[in-house]
Amino acid sequence: MKLKLKHNPSLIIGIVITGVLLLIAIVGLFWTPYSTTKMSMELKFAPPSAAHWFGCDNYGRDIFSRVMQGAGTTFLVALSTIVFGCTLGTIIGFFAGYRGGWLDEVVMRINDVVNAFPSILLALVFVSFFGNGLMNVILALGILFIPSFARIARSEMLRLKGMQFVQSAKLVGDSTGRIIFSQILPNAYISILSSAAVGFNNAVIAEASLSYLGLGVQPPDASLGRMINEAGNYLLQAPWYAIFPGVAIIVLVLGVALISDGVSKID
Amino acid sequence: MKYIVKKIITLFVALLLISIIIFVVFSVIPADASIAKLGIDATPEQIAALRAQMGLDKPLFERYFWWLANALQGNFGESFQYTGVKVTTLLARRLGNSALLSLISFIMVVIFSIPIGIFSAKRRSVVARGTMTTITQITMGIPSFFLGLLLTYLFSLVLHWFYVGQFVSPSEDFFGACAYLIFPAIAIALPKIAMTVKFLSNSIRSELHKDYVRTAYAKGSTRDGVLYKHVLKNSMVPVITFLGIIVAEIVAGSVIVEQVFSVPGIGSLLVTAITNRDYPVVEAVVLLIAFFVIVINFIVDMIYQAVDPRVKL
Amino acid sequence: MKRKILCSLIALVTVLALAACGKTPDNQGGSGSSNGGESTGREATNSVVVGITQDIDSLDPHNAVSAGTREVLFNMFEGLVQPTPEGEIEPAVASEFTVSEDATFITFQLRDGITFCDGTPITVQDVKYSIERYAGIQGEGSAFSILKDIVASEDGTIVVNLSEPNTEFVYELTCAIIPQANDANVNTNPIGSGPFMYDSFIPGEELVIKKNPNYWKEGRPYLDEVTFKIVADTDKAVTQLNAGTLDIVQYLTSDQVMTLNDNFYVMDGSINYVQGMFLNNKVEPFNDPLVRQAIYYAIDRQNISDMLFGGKSHIIGTNMIPAATKYYNADTEDQYPYDPAKAKELLKQAGYENGFTFTIQVPNNYPPHKGTAEIIANCLEEVGITAKINEIEFTSWLSDVYKDRKYEATVVAVDGRLAPYTWFAKNESTASNNFTNYSNPQFDEIFAKAKAAIDPEEKVGYYKQLQQILADDAASIYVQDPANQVAIRNTLTGYVFYPVSAQDMSVIKYK
Repeated sequence: MKLKLKHNPSLIIGIVITGVLLLIAIVGLFWTPYSTTKMSMELKFAPPSAAHWFGCDNYGRDIFSRVMQGAGTTFLVALSTIVFGCTLGTIIGFFAGYRGGWLDEVVMRINDVVNAFPSILLALVFVSFFGNGLMNVILALGILFIPSFARIARSEMLRLKGMQFVQSAKLVGDSTGRIIFSQILPNAYISILSSAAVGFNNAVIAEASLSYLGLGVQPPDASLGRMINEAGNYLLQAPWYAIFPGVAIIVLVLGVALISDGVSKID
Repeated sequence: MKYIVKKIITLFVALLLISIIIFVVFSVIPADASIAKLGIDATPEQIAALRAQMGLDKPLFERYFWWLANALQGNFGESFQYTGVKVTTLLARRLGNSALLSLISFIMVVIFSIPIGIFSAKRRSVVARGTMTTITQITMGIPSFFLGLLLTYLFSLVLHWFYVGQFVSPSEDFFGACAYLIFPAIAIALPKIAMTVKFLSNSIRSELHKDYVRTAYAKGSTRDGVLYKHVLKNSMVPVITFLGIIVAEIVAGSVIVEQVFSVPGIGSLLVTAITNRDYPVVEAVVLLIAFFVIVINFIVDMIYQAVDPRVKL
Repeated sequence: MKRKILCSLIALVTVLALAACGKTPDNQGGSGSSNGGESTGREATNSVVVGITQDIDSLDPHNAVSAGTREVLFNMFEGLVQPTPEGEIEPAVASEFTVSEDATFITFQLRDGITFCDGTPITVQDVKYSIERYAGIQGEGSAFSILKDIVASEDGTIVVNLSEPNTEFVYELTCAIIPQANDANVNTNPIGSGPFMYDSFIPGEELVIKKNPNYWKEGRPYLDEVTFKIVADTDKAVTQLNAGTLDIVQYLTSDQVMTLNDNFYVMDGSINYVQGMFLNNKVEPFNDPLVRQAIYYAIDRQNISDMLFGGKSHIIGTNMIPAATKYYNADTEDQYPYDPAKAKELLKQAGYENGFTFTIQVPNNYPPHKGTAEIIANCLEEVGITAKINEIEFTSWLSDVYKDRKYEATVVAVDGRLAPYTWFAKNESTASNNFTNYSNPQFDEIFAKAKAAIDPEEKVGYYKQLQQILADDAASIYVQDPANQVAIRNTLTGYVFYPVSAQDMSVIKYK
């Protein structure tokens, strides 16, 4: 497989956007122009200026610095969520699809149940049970994402398992695990990867929504969703407080969506 | 027929499982309805008395059994939070608002995404496609609560077209309610429109490359003729499934948007009921949503089969 | 294609504009003008709409627990005595009362000809029933444990006998008098003798009360109807004030007041809460008074008030509200001025030179708590202490923090009632709700004396001493009695503040 980047503008733009954002976020972990927690009465609701590009929030904190840090947190949550949900979901989906029969039936019914649950309820319940914080948010969202990946992995498995090369591998006597990893996975990963990108978007939005309800990442850690949640109270006095973190989310999601778009065009 | 019976059984099993999960979850998370209701000044005796009154002192299994027995007869009991108020009464008032909101959002998705999707698929120029992709990609990434905030800022705070919280129940003023709900509906629908547009145009494009299209061209059909006679029909099949998923997402997504726009719907009811550990209400709301989602999936499957007889269910 | 997209966009905007226009002014069912204009139409019907942010937890006055519910029910029910804005009590259902000299019994005289809102006369039996019912609900551990019996005679005198002398018990008799005949319907159709009577209630949406035609106080209330509309939070309430759908909203912050349009004036009062960072005195390092004092010095309390309440809060230094003027000990306010250097010094003395890490639990039901916690965390960073913040649901807070005491620190507000002992009961070492695990034998001893004291001067002295002990021990970090800014529509007048949970609508009138 050759990556024909030239004919794949989505992929290039996506990688550039995501790369730049990731760089900013990583820098934000070690250095920000201003402290992300330092409060100042004088700077309360200071509008965007040369010194404070994105203005200041209700405690006079520099919004640009907080967006840098928040983007990192949001990125981390979304990525871990997807890695968690995708890995487990794919394994479950593959086995269910490969074995078929009652196992498949049971897995798909559980899938239905999780799917039919309002996701916000699951997240709320999870958080009130285990408490909030970064790890629990990742776990709660990760579990929510398992079914969608399981479904895709299963249908890929059903599509591939009847094919010649898989049948021959079976005849040769390869183990189930070996068949799945050496025959199925290489042929299924593109569609799984592209849905992982869609999942990434959903995870960013889900984390933001959870924080919007006050249940996600805890202060003083900044997350983009939490910033928007707070900013919603000061729309009239400081519209920039809501707008910059919001735009950051959109750009973050856009970058990954373009990559996904690009990946799906690779054949 | 066998398929339908099987689906109905699955539906009930799923609902049963969900109701059990909620019961178990509510017995393990911290605090119960008595603590939530009595608040800070409660004495241990008061809590014990209220627990007994609510039946929370009975074993989990027994409570579940009685709940189930009543629920099967359509009796979902009384709310813990509002003494003497039936869960069904509480739900009935909120349900209409949420249903209307979801309906308006869905209509918006269908009305806007299908024509835009078709136009978008017909474009050949790189620039037009690029613009279209960029617009849809950006729109897809807007979290609906953020969109909701932007709409509130623009139309409520700046332009004064509507006021957050001025919602009137549709039973009092149907058109007034619809007019108010247009704004939250946009917040819900816009990202979904973008997703559907992208999906539909991809679906049409992949269909356009198929053999029968070439044959049709060879037979002298015009581009639009082929598109509207054959391609559209075939590419609509996956779109219907996709719309099914969208409906489910609209219902789930309205939970947060209802908060942004202060719509008294089942979303806000669910959130407060969870906070108050009011599990009779949570059970009823979640079962209702789950029922809806499963039925929608079922209908989608049926339509899928009707449109494309090759699909065996 | 661009043209077509443009067309559909224009179409969309037109539809929206039409929809919005169709909705604005007139067809609002009387709820008024679109731009928050001067007239709401409610003046004509002599009614007002009050925005409240807490749902009504019970219509039964004896079972109502939240402050938000009590301040609403205040308008529908009265006790033998009623709180006054000055923090005293005055006769209500009773026309006069006397506390016996040894403070072991209180004699009430039922007001002549007084009736419930439905017109039926209030009998001494109703009074006896009501107090006993309330006492039963309050349970063993409450103030009512010293209630011996109630003797009601047909000439309208009621004698409340106590098992031990207590001058504060009379404050408890503000408990609502309700008809015994309505026992079964108290949740669905509550009947009382207050200035207003129950009309309708939609859970989570609104409570409507109407003028009580049989109210004993001449000429009151002025209004014919009051609607308490439940809104999600004060931010939404501000938008609705500006929209003209609400007339009165309390608990606003300075930031919110800034966004009000000029149809409102603002009155400043106090919420009458002791807000602060409460510390679990049993866990390390908060078991060391030096550490608690160090934290006190490290926190800029005025800055908290400035940031969150425009500097309008009353900074406090003990577990009492300034509104209780008679008992309040103002000397405690300046005991720990903001002084990070001193804080560091004390930390060094206590052996925490390099600081430490702890978690502040913050219930999510009142946004300024989170703000306070964030500012505290920011201050503590300066002296090398790392404070993490964990926002939890109020219900979980009740069970984990308040009941099980599994926490290190928590930012929350505690309240009390008219009787001064209520503000200190939580600090008694044996109290079931001593959630800070505070324990000081000297405090317990003086608290017992304060409660038993009959001489008013002596009582005041003891209570002031108690406040000084709490301040000296730095039992917790008492921050402020938050400012309560109330927005009131220009056409209305008469709003008064009470030192207890009450929004008195009977004194409100149109100018």
